[in-house]
Amino acid sequence: MITLGKALNHGLRRALEDDPKVVIMGEDVGKLGGVFRITDALQKDFGEDRVIDTPLAEAGIIGTAVGLAIRGYRPVCEIQFDGFVFPAYNQIVAQVAKMHYRSKGKVRLPLVIRIPFGGGIGAVEHHSESPEAYFAHTPGLKVVTCANPADAYTMIQQAIASDDPVIFFEPKRRYWEKGEVDLDAPLSGAFPLHSARVARPGTDATVLAYGPMVRVALDAATAAAEDGRELEVIDLRSLSPIDYPVIFESVRRTGRAIVVHEAPGNAGLGAEIAARITEECFYSLEAPVLRVTGYDIPYPAARIEEEYLPDLDRVLDAVDRSFGW
Amino acid sequence: MAKGESVAGSDIPAGGFVQLLTPDGERVDTVTTADGTTYSVDFTDEEYRGLYRDLVTVRRLDSEAVALQRQGELGIWASLLGQEAAQVGSGRALRPQDMAFPTYREHGVLYCRGIDPIMPFGLFRGVDQGGWDPNEFKFNTYTIVIGSQTLHATGYAMGVTMDGKTGSADGEAVIAYFGDGATSQGEVNESFVWSGVFNAPIVFFCQNNQYAISEPLERQTRVPLYQRAGGYGFPGIRVDGNDVLATYAVTRAALDNARNGQGPTLIEAYTYRMGAHTSSDDPTRYRNGSEVEAWKAKDPISRLKAFLSKQKIAKKDFFAEVDAEANRQALDLRERVLEMPDPQPVTLFDNVYPNGSPEIDAQRTAFAEYQASFEGSAH
Repeated sequence: MITLGKALNHGLRRALEDDPKVVIMGEDVGKLGGVFRITDALQKDFGEDRVIDTPLAEAGIIGTAVGLAIRGYRPVCEIQFDGFVFPAYNQIVAQVAKMHYRSKGKVRLPLVIRIPFGGGIGAVEHHSESPEAYFAHTPGLKVVTCANPADAYTMIQQAIASDDPVIFFEPKRRYWEKGEVDLDAPLSGAFPLHSARVARPGTDATVLAYGPMVRVALDAATAAAEDGRELEVIDLRSLSPIDYPVIFESVRRTGRAIVVHEAPGNAGLGAEIAARITEECFYSLEAPVLRVTGYDIPYPAARIEEEYLPDLDRVLDAVDRSFGW
Repeated sequence: MAKGESVAGSDIPAGGFVQLLTPDGERVDTVTTADGTTYSVDFTDEEYRGLYRDLVTVRRLDSEAVALQRQGELGIWASLLGQEAAQVGSGRALRPQDMAFPTYREHGVLYCRGIDPIMPFGLFRGVDQGGWDPNEFKFNTYTIVIGSQTLHATGYAMGVTMDGKTGSADGEAVIAYFGDGATSQGEVNESFVWSGVFNAPIVFFCQNNQYAISEPLERQTRVPLYQRAGGYGFPGIRVDGNDVLATYAVTRAALDNARNGQGPTLIEAYTYRMGAHTSSDDPTRYRNGSEVEAWKAKDPISRLKAFLSKQKIAKKDFFAEVDAEANRQALDLRERVLEMPDPQPVTLFDNVYPNGSPEIDAQRTAFAEYQASFEGSAH
């Protein structure tokens, strides 16, 4: 049993070992090992050219990674916190996402941008946000997130091995949760990076979640089972593209769908997923697709963040509303 | 600097610049700057003629592009008129192994990299977004968002160092092109920080053409741009950007320093955009005719022509032959531009991701079926 954070560390280590072109870069990733220690000891073992402590400027981290990728490297950039990604936003959406398209496929940018995201750790502002929809809206980027240590270990390696630019959201409040990880499992035998996972099979309603909310959805399913309702929980894993076949199959079976995420609901991923389910599964639905999301406010002060974050009760309430339709 | 004194009304900017060929076509043998660096060039007659041919050719191709835009054949064009010497001088100073990161006006550098001059026309005609292979020609795609490419160049240069390709006379170097307006961008400043900190083998080549669309240099800076380099820990130098010999000499020296492991240089090529920013703006709204006339007297081509004539390096028939050949190339280019086919609609979906994406693949399939549904119909 290892933590999700440690699983990421092992995955990064293995990527550095397997491919000499992989480099890690970011603020404090070297000697400190990152503020969450995800890159702990990697600079010590791989050197300052492989694990690069950068100046403190996010556009610079991503922009220089673009150049390194053109040069043939596979940079893995760390953005220290979700709310700090915006100075790099231009580089990500205007350059990283488009250079392959712009160059008619001549330029590949196999880079990974790791972003610890989401709330629940009692932080100050800019340290708890869920900006995934901005990136999922941008063609040319792949956007993924993991929810448990085993996936974290596999997916970070897959993201690095992918020729696509990948935004890799790490559920920071799950960094310390433990799970079984097979550190010797070959990457070639793993699920595709864009595939969703049925985290708990069920028959009565489908709860769709990703990243930090998967744990909440699973807890809700456990509680609902005591009331005799079997919820199917799907961990999306990939937010762009979304693995819709898995979702559609589940919703057609259960007839009900509830999307859960921490980000504000307005124009969020829940809206997109609800629309797609409605388009594809309309005749199977027993109730409208419901959303359980953060409110449409800036991420609040830590002492009241629990009121903002979707929790087990709000998910169960949505389940009740779905059945009450 | 060589022309250290700034005289009101003179054509030399305050602080001077490196100049090896005066507007009247007089050669300055060598220039020694305040830091003791001596700049010169030693060209054969054939090389001098080659530079002249480059200048005339890129100007002629550019004027054809302006005409094509006016005739509605290009959506927009960013003319290089007036900046030929800065681009050809720096472009010819590059060695084959060097990598260049342009903005969107570097048609002259593109030409010097051996890329078919039709390539940028795809972008401006709207049939693609730039289709050359950056790796093959060592010339990256055009970058429209001002200054973004300076960071790409910096990262690439860091990779050169990591590959162990610096520290010798045949090492690799990188050049990043940008304008005076770009120096106000945070990303350009970040690229200076990064390059200084990592001692990257890079030359920052700023073509100060005096205007960012309508905004004059005074809206970008209160100090000469080349002086900024000191704050980042590497040398900055200003060169007469209308002097192809000086831009060549200064760029070559800076590239050699970079390839030898001596880190970055900021070059400010002091020049003037004779035309509009792009074919969409109207420069008569923001600058007066006398200013334009003054710069016309410093024209990069006429001064080299005067020098070649005076030195008897070239005669009338050479100039006539160059003009005729440039004209022929321009007309050939015109024909080829007019023949550029629109892309097949379904190519909309190509190259978003190297290995595709199930969502985009599904959209492509649906699109193709929708298109096919019109076949044989009245549409």
